[in-house]
Amino acid sequence: MNIANLLNALPGACAQGLIWGIMAIGVYLTYRILDLADLTVDGTMCTGGAVCILMMLKGYNVWIAMLVAFLAGMAAGMVTGILHTFLGIPAILAGILTQLGLYSINLRLLGNKSNQAINVDKYDLLISLRYIKDVPLYRNTILIVAVITLVLIAILYWFFGTELGCSIRATGSNANMSRAQGINTDLNKVLGLMISNGIVAFASALYTQYQGFADVNAGRGAIVIGLAAVIIGQVLFGRIHANFACKLLFVSLGGIVYYLVLQVVMWFGANTNDLKLVSALVVAVFLGLPHLKEKYFNRIGRKGGVSRA
Amino acid sequence: MLDLTGLKKTFNAGTVNEKTALNGLELHLKEGDFVTVIGGNGAGKSTMLNAIAGTWLVDEGSIRIDGIDVTGLSEHKRARYLGRVFQDPMTGTAASMQIEENLALASRRGALRTLKPGITHKEREFYREQLKILDLGLEDRLTTGVGLLSGGQRQALTLLMATLKKPKLLLLDEHTAALDPKTAAKVLDATDRIVKKDHLTTVMITHNMKDAIAHGNRLIMMHEGRVIYDVSGEEKQNLHVRDLLAKFEEVSGSEFANDRMMLA
Repeated sequence: MNIANLLNALPGACAQGLIWGIMAIGVYLTYRILDLADLTVDGTMCTGGAVCILMMLKGYNVWIAMLVAFLAGMAAGMVTGILHTFLGIPAILAGILTQLGLYSINLRLLGNKSNQAINVDKYDLLISLRYIKDVPLYRNTILIVAVITLVLIAILYWFFGTELGCSIRATGSNANMSRAQGINTDLNKVLGLMISNGIVAFASALYTQYQGFADVNAGRGAIVIGLAAVIIGQVLFGRIHANFACKLLFVSLGGIVYYLVLQVVMWFGANTNDLKLVSALVVAVFLGLPHLKEKYFNRIGRKGGVSRA
Repeated sequence: MLDLTGLKKTFNAGTVNEKTALNGLELHLKEGDFVTVIGGNGAGKSTMLNAIAGTWLVDEGSIRIDGIDVTGLSEHKRARYLGRVFQDPMTGTAASMQIEENLALASRRGALRTLKPGITHKEREFYREQLKILDLGLEDRLTTGVGLLSGGQRQALTLLMATLKKPKLLLLDEHTAALDPKTAAKVLDATDRIVKKDHLTTVMITHNMKDAIAHGNRLIMMHEGRVIYDVSGEEKQNLHVRDLLAKFEEVSGSEFANDRMMLA
């Protein structure tokens, strides 16, 4: 329980939180804006990294590798979208189907191994857990990911203010009204799922570089971590009246808080194997809170006219 | 302007729940017609509007709007010709978006949605002017979330959205049924003004027979998926609620067993 150990670990936790914050922004787009629970991300959170490593091992530039990872994520999102809209499969099931299929694809991408490493000394990675301390500022992983996050938020803020972006928001808000206003809701759902999964795969590519390897199980429970970041951001900053860009920033901050808390929990000596259980519990509690509040604590006179005298 | 020819629609065909909602429906409207539609529950009134709007495709028959055959077109493609206001005030607007954003969505009905700005400064002024017509004070609340508005305000906003870009046909599906009498009167009044101003061809379903007589230039009564009574012009002007009740009993052979219509 050496406090120095904890302090030493914090920058790393911060970097991981930032990366998962980007992933959580992808989750936010489907969960909050499209009003769909998209489980595809458990697959794409591995696919992006696998594609990125594959491309880099073949000698491509890191930016091109990340772009292709982004496109691969979009393709996965498109599959889920088509399963959902064209074939009428419920969104959750469509996501699960794509995610399961992706597991095989991910294994192939990783050369039929469960993980694939990339040597940070041999390849020119954009970020790495080795680039957190003792590197020039412009090589600092935390700074680079933070800048990427801000650029991403700026792009999304612009996009969801355009005609097309507004129609995606309308589709998630009220599909009946959207169709009555001439919006192709099926197309917009597919588009939203593509953008979301593209962002998740991009985050996956970053995370893989950070760790120095891609793992076929990297995406397991990713949706829960993404939701945790979304919910933590909402709980901590939800009362602030904010525009769309700020809301995305809160999601990112939620990711950082999640990883910082995780680090503290581990510092207290928690078994890392238990972390997924803890994550699931935390998300379950926060998802359930509004319902509990409504049902048990917000009803005046639940026992027949409570006097507050 | 609108031609419904031999429309048939059966729900749950081949099951015990089989229901023939439209049974050879014929209706032809001229440009500028404002027709009110009455009929008992299950007469096929809303089914007719949904058939026109393309919520699903009809089994038989054809739908033409201003000469354009839309029978096989999907809902969002037909939307360019149609303005719609629904019975439920929650249905017609996007609650999580602002008033001006909702209007901006509506003003782009039928247009390709690109990466241009979703709303421009010039539009805002136009919307402010348009909202004044409703006389609900919404013109000063452009950036208010629609979810914060009352049912009547949302319904009035939906009406404005339906007519912002002049539709070939305005479909009103009992759009005042869920409102209190005072608000209902206000929304109906706004409906009349907008329809008159833009000379809109309109189909309005109502459960209120007085409204059905007082508004529009034509009245139809539906029963079992068909039009069974059709009056217009002077004959309609001179109608009374008791005439309609008698008419209904005559053609349907049953009492008008619907309190909502009796009391209206």
